[in-house]
Amino acid sequence: MLIKQISVFLENKSGRLNEVSQILGDAGINISAFSVADTSEFGILRLIVSDPDKASNVLHESGFTVRESNVVGLNCPNQAGALARALKILSRNEISIEYLYAFSMGNSASVIIKPNDTERCIEVLQKNKLELIKASDLYKI
Amino acid sequence: MIWNEKMECATRDEMKAIQSERLVETVKRIYHNVAYYRDKMQQAGLTPFDIEGVEDLHKLPFTTKSDLRDNYPFGLFTVPMSEIVRLHASSGTTGKPTVVGYTRKDINMWSEVVTRSLCMAGVHKNDIVQIAYGYGLFTGGLGIHYGTENLGASVIPISGGNTQKQIQLMQDFNSSVLCCTPSYALYISDVLNEAGIDPETLNLRVGIFGAEPWSEAMRKEIERKLKLRAIDIYGLSEIVGPGVSCECEYQQGMHVHEDHFIPEIIDPVTLEPVADGEVGELVFSTITKEGIPLLRYRTRDLTRLIYDKCSCGRTLVRMEKCKGRSDDMLIIRGVNVFPSQIETVLLEMSETEPHYLLIVDRENTLDTLSLMVEVQEQFFSDEVRKLQDLRKQITHKLESTLGLTVDVKLVEPKTIERTAGKAKRVIDKRNI
Repeated sequence: MLIKQISVFLENKSGRLNEVSQILGDAGINISAFSVADTSEFGILRLIVSDPDKASNVLHESGFTVRESNVVGLNCPNQAGALARALKILSRNEISIEYLYAFSMGNSASVIIKPNDTERCIEVLQKNKLELIKASDLYKI
Repeated sequence: MIWNEKMECATRDEMKAIQSERLVETVKRIYHNVAYYRDKMQQAGLTPFDIEGVEDLHKLPFTTKSDLRDNYPFGLFTVPMSEIVRLHASSGTTGKPTVVGYTRKDINMWSEVVTRSLCMAGVHKNDIVQIAYGYGLFTGGLGIHYGTENLGASVIPISGGNTQKQIQLMQDFNSSVLCCTPSYALYISDVLNEAGIDPETLNLRVGIFGAEPWSEAMRKEIERKLKLRAIDIYGLSEIVGPGVSCECEYQQGMHVHEDHFIPEIIDPVTLEPVADGEVGELVFSTITKEGIPLLRYRTRDLTRLIYDKCSCGRTLVRMEKCKGRSDDMLIIRGVNVFPSQIETVLLEMSETEPHYLLIVDRENTLDTLSLMVEVQEQFFSDEVRKLQDLRKQITHKLESTLGLTVDVKLVEPKTIERTAGKAKRVIDKRNI
């Protein structure tokens, strides 16, 4: 249930994001989801892609600082209160969230979570009958 | 006023005789008391009998900052610690400071050369001297302090920083002399300007500025903005501290107190003495110091010597303002910084060699130091907090190692230009 996410260090200068997407596009890698965390000095680009290892290699070869990390994908019903319920369960089990990003479409919403403890997060979510997204499904989006 | 006319106006022959006598005595003392020096001299095939006067000085081996580091902290002291009354230290190349110790006689000698320097600058016993050099391990504050008391002028030992207070005391105590780094003097003038205080309403007459390189243009600017005569003073803790040399009122080079410190100029590559009047690296031998006398200490400062008689009447040789360094040491706000210190801090934080670039600049007259570090994979995290922690950690470590605040900026790999495979480590944008 672990999902491989790749992160890329970016300075806040124009054209860098474009460059990353171009490199991935040229390598035939599709992006399923991404988010940018930015501070006044730098940004961190986080991506879920069709082939994380290949993406990591091509970006690294192009001189980017890349890191792979594991995240959890959660499938929530696209309705009011659904996310709150899931987060409440995590909080009650003392799992804190470093960051998350999400998108909803149709009847469901996909949430990518970076918890402090990935294994336990998956365990808690499964125990509480919450639907997790399979890595293979997510890479295919 | 000339404080010690006998020494400051001696003929060349008289000075040579004084120097020879003192050098011979110093070499003997060092040889018999410091194993390190004895070994070095023996390796060069020398005994104290080979040094009969200043003409033999060139035979002696050089001393460098790394000799002090290798003998950290007290290995080069020639007297037992019971004789040492004061310790000072400046930053070294690898985080370990360079330590110097003074006997009571050394402190008296230091006071004497600072007093002479103050007199050269036109300071007298009726003056009120505001000492805004840092007090502490740095030799600036206490060095000028003792010399000023010895002269009989009134000392305001305010130390560095706290500019509002500096200005308040200038106004309330009628300070007539200001001692600090030239960049701090400019900063004070800016703060005065912002506060709408006309420097003409102050009582400042003389400024004694040193501990960092500064240009003639900067002198003119300080003199115009603070309405005082800006005098350049030179020194380094290894030799004694401030007061190794100082300008007189004619401002045509700094008179070296050569009855205590013999200057030489060498070619930093061949290590041979250069022709008279040529620019090279300044080397000093201390000939009266007891605590830690140093023979042929390489200052790494580039300058030249002027032996012509000065209009002030002094015959002491003059050295020009330093033109640069023969190593990579930077002087930032009076603090010695070596790029290798930064490298050491960064290496402690990662396994592989970091790529970094130091940028020295001068903003609002104060020197600033910023550091660009390439974020390589071993540093990188997908969490913002961890990267910000990393930045903070580097900043703190640098601050405790250098004693300076460094603005750390994380940048992408290959941001820092490589020239022939090697990265350029320092960009100095200051116009000194």
